[in-house]
Amino acid sequence: MPYSPMLVKPMREELTEIGVKELMTPAEVDAFMNEKTGTAMLVVNSVCGCAAGMARPGIRLALRHERRPDRVASVFAGQDVEATARARGYFPDIPPSSPSIAFLKDGELVYFLPRHRIEGRDAQMVARDLVAVFEEHCAPAAAAAETTAAAH
Amino acid sequence: MGTFHQNKSPLHGITVVVDTDGPEVFVGRCDDEDERGIVLDDVDVHRDGDGGRTKQQYLERAARLGVWSKHARLFIPRERVASVRRLGEI
Repeated sequence: MPYSPMLVKPMREELTEIGVKELMTPAEVDAFMNEKTGTAMLVVNSVCGCAAGMARPGIRLALRHERRPDRVASVFAGQDVEATARARGYFPDIPPSSPSIAFLKDGELVYFLPRHRIEGRDAQMVARDLVAVFEEHCAPAAAAAETTAAAH
Repeated sequence: MGTFHQNKSPLHGITVVVDTDGPEVFVGRCDDEDERGIVLDDVDVHRDGDGGRTKQQYLERAARLGVWSKHARLFIPRERVASVRRLGEI
């Protein structure tokens, strides 16, 4: 049974207030996943304090890095059930876990951080893993902005 | 911010590998443990050789991506437990 929306609201806001787009319907998930260009990160958010309590601050820290994904979105496991199922359907070979983080480049999954790699770690450690992925796959923010401008 | 659980084992909420002296190895999220045994949620069980994979090969894949839950909840008696490790440390 889903938790109270009032309980979950601050857990949603912890990500949305830094620009993470919440995907609350399967159609929103499809729209996000069907954009194949560039880099994208999809977070499966979760109530569980054992892991999600460190995942969200880790994501916030990582997204301050000069290299970061072009698009970042989240679904909320146990809350937005249909949207979460649709998102997981894009990664059929990966067992579901929450929280978890998928990183895509040009529509291809290039990195996945499952729940058990978040549990028991602090926000800095989670951020360090994500920043390593950003440095490998993302352009610096200024360069990304120039690329976007040139494309329009 | 998150939810917190009191009066539980330090491993509560952590995905662990429970190995046995026999052919079976269990991977699941620890709910609690005490002198009687360990309770796991969302558990997968692998028997050495299943699918042509040794325990070690199974655990290497589990460590990368996680496991598919075969049992919502399992109790493993202490006498069957050879070791308990965090999956994230493999």
